[in-house]
Amino acid sequence: MSRASFSTSSSSSDNTAEPEADVSAEQTRRELLLGALATTACLGCSAPVRAGEDQPGSDERPQKGDLLVLSEGDNEGQLIKPDNLKLGGPPVRAWPKDPKTSVVRSGSRLNEILVVKLDPNELDETTRARAADGIVAYSAVCAHAACPVTEWVKADQGGDVTVFKCPCHNSEYDPRQGAQVVFGPAPRRLAALPLSLSEGSVTVAGPFIGKVGGAQPG
Amino acid sequence: MTTKQWFLSGFVAFTCIVSTAASAGPIENYSPVTSQRLENPEPGNWMLYRRTYDGQGYSPLDQINTSNVKDLTPVWTFATGVVEGHEAPPIVNNGVMFVATPMGQVIALNAKTGDEYWRYKRQLPDDLFQLHPTSRGVGLWEDKLYLATTDDHVVALDAKTGKVVWDTKVQDYKKGQYMTLMPLIVDGKVIVGGSGGEFGVRGYVAAFDAKDGKELWRTFTIPGEGEPGHDTWQGDDWKNGGGSAWMTGTYDKETKTVYWGVGNAAPWPGEMHPGDNLYTSSVLALDPGNGKIKTYHQYHQNDSWDWDEVDAPMLIDLQRDGRSIKSLVHPGRDAIFWVLERTPTKINYVAGWPFVSTDVWKGIDENGKPIVDPDHKPVVGKRVEFCPSLWGGKDWPSAAYSQKTGLVYVPANENFCGGFTGEKIPLKPGELWLGTKPEDIGLKAKPGADHFGEIQAWDPATGKKVWQHNFPKSQMFGSVTATAGDLVFAGGTNDRNFRAFNAKTGELLWEQKTNSGIMGMPMSYEIDGTQYIAIQSGWGVDAQRIQDALATNNIGIESNVPQGGVIWVFALKK
Repeated sequence: MSRASFSTSSSSSDNTAEPEADVSAEQTRRELLLGALATTACLGCSAPVRAGEDQPGSDERPQKGDLLVLSEGDNEGQLIKPDNLKLGGPPVRAWPKDPKTSVVRSGSRLNEILVVKLDPNELDETTRARAADGIVAYSAVCAHAACPVTEWVKADQGGDVTVFKCPCHNSEYDPRQGAQVVFGPAPRRLAALPLSLSEGSVTVAGPFIGKVGGAQPG
Repeated sequence: MTTKQWFLSGFVAFTCIVSTAASAGPIENYSPVTSQRLENPEPGNWMLYRRTYDGQGYSPLDQINTSNVKDLTPVWTFATGVVEGHEAPPIVNNGVMFVATPMGQVIALNAKTGDEYWRYKRQLPDDLFQLHPTSRGVGLWEDKLYLATTDDHVVALDAKTGKVVWDTKVQDYKKGQYMTLMPLIVDGKVIVGGSGGEFGVRGYVAAFDAKDGKELWRTFTIPGEGEPGHDTWQGDDWKNGGGSAWMTGTYDKETKTVYWGVGNAAPWPGEMHPGDNLYTSSVLALDPGNGKIKTYHQYHQNDSWDWDEVDAPMLIDLQRDGRSIKSLVHPGRDAIFWVLERTPTKINYVAGWPFVSTDVWKGIDENGKPIVDPDHKPVVGKRVEFCPSLWGGKDWPSAAYSQKTGLVYVPANENFCGGFTGEKIPLKPGELWLGTKPEDIGLKAKPGADHFGEIQAWDPATGKKVWQHNFPKSQMFGSVTATAGDLVFAGGTNDRNFRAFNAKTGELLWEQKTNSGIMGMPMSYEIDGTQYIAIQSGWGVDAQRIQDALATNNIGIESNVPQGGVIWVFALKK
């Protein structure tokens, strides 16, 4: 075969455009929800085995009185204390843990939770009632196609406010307003998890409010 | 009969009419599908992914043509009731239409009236998630049809009733294994391939017995220890090296060879999996009888750009450079229009050229190996930009070949670049493993770009472009179909339009606004002497992702395409 080579511009037809200036702007850079949390980030390390996997109760949804433990990072399994959370985020990902049996409810990905500490004055009335000193918790599973909600970004529409985002289909949720949808195809808000503080730890105050998971699985 | 009796009788009759209109009743005379019919399909049927085994996406019907396509009008529609990206072609077998939708549904319809025969709804697990929750169609064999599901099963349905005949688990969806392709049926074998490269799976192609679902063979696209090509991987990289095979293959019925496209290596940055990484970003030639790899061609080595090459090559007989070539034609996601020669034992490189602008390749050597510009190859710890974007010059939406014009019609994207910062991230089964943070993936338009999406018409025999149609305010993300009426049909743009072009000149001849954007594959069929054109409209998945990215680019493009699937069927006004 004869050698074939080409220039790095297209061999396309005459009506291909010539570049001009300043039309583009790079897509907004995003903060990684957990990657930005230095105390819990673990880049390049291997993941420890989930403590409660396959144990009785590990796939049950969070229950009143459960504690919350970090679900990943160097400190995976460690109890979440209010002082460990940075005001204004980013959030951490967590599993519920049964304090009586010490079973971590990590048997279903539908149990993973986003926990973020916000200024109580930013929360709407309903959200504030479910919060513990400004700490709010939601399901980490997107209400659209059940992808994990992993990003903490400035909202695509809404100025400088930071919101949860699912990178699969770009749905965004505002945790200050009960995780209502502020962008993207998600049809409903994330399920909320009421919290309280007990003996210095973040504690589940009741079951999920709202449906956990996608509108339709898939 | 009293007045009251008459009234009641009339009421019953009326309700029967309403009931009949709402349902097509049972399928009475279903036409069993055989090897002979699949190898030589009747002009009025569309029973394979691209109608014929050669993957040309060409209908020999010509009742609708360049002179009358302006009179094309909807004759019936059917709302699927499902959101997300509807990517499957309606499949038609002698008057019965089968449509696969996202979320594991299959709908059987009277192809003439749009009345429903039955609907299959798969009960998917609550904890299932993928980046691509869609389906690209159902395969037919005898009196059954076959669906590959997103929870990684192959399901056989009774074509007349929609009842499940068998259901075979392929792999574990919780580990990122899923399927979105239309099964390829060859001689009673249901051949599928796995998705999940973005989860760090090891790709495969597998065959199941159409009668009972028993697995007949499974060929991994990444060779294991002791297999040829294993030495193109280092250490244990092969175990999670990607190479998913999530598009339907093509089939050479003369040599009994299946050609299957294989996706990129995982995770994305090539330095995390040194070597050529066979058989990622390749085409495999497989024996459908036993899955044995006869030969292969790797389009590009050590992929670092997420450039899946899963869209199977078209089989086209060409006259090129004074000789007859049984070719494989593949406009690649890597921006190169590939022309290869298939022989029973080997695939030869014939020619390759960029069909959109790229800064990644400096050329192609005499063996068909692209020469990479290292400045545009992503690495760990540093942001690298490259053109075209990670969605490539042409993503999975399929090109078409017209046997009348001799041209290949390519849905392409120009003026998009992208980039990311490679990062070593630990693999967790079932979680995204891209080698970068999802939020770090950039898509940007070239400065001064006057358009993005394109439909290109190329002569594969000469390498010359014959025409091009540009879309100024949209990407192009839909498959193309050609017909003997010298027409090219395509959706794919964010203005919700379905279009027909003159196949010889590229002139836009007809367009129709639909409910949503069209990611689906156009097809054509005939009943009682009437030619129909059918398409699914339903935006989502990557078309929507590109749309969202464009909406943040301040180039005047909004992200406002409504979701929800509708089957549209068109015919000429009478």
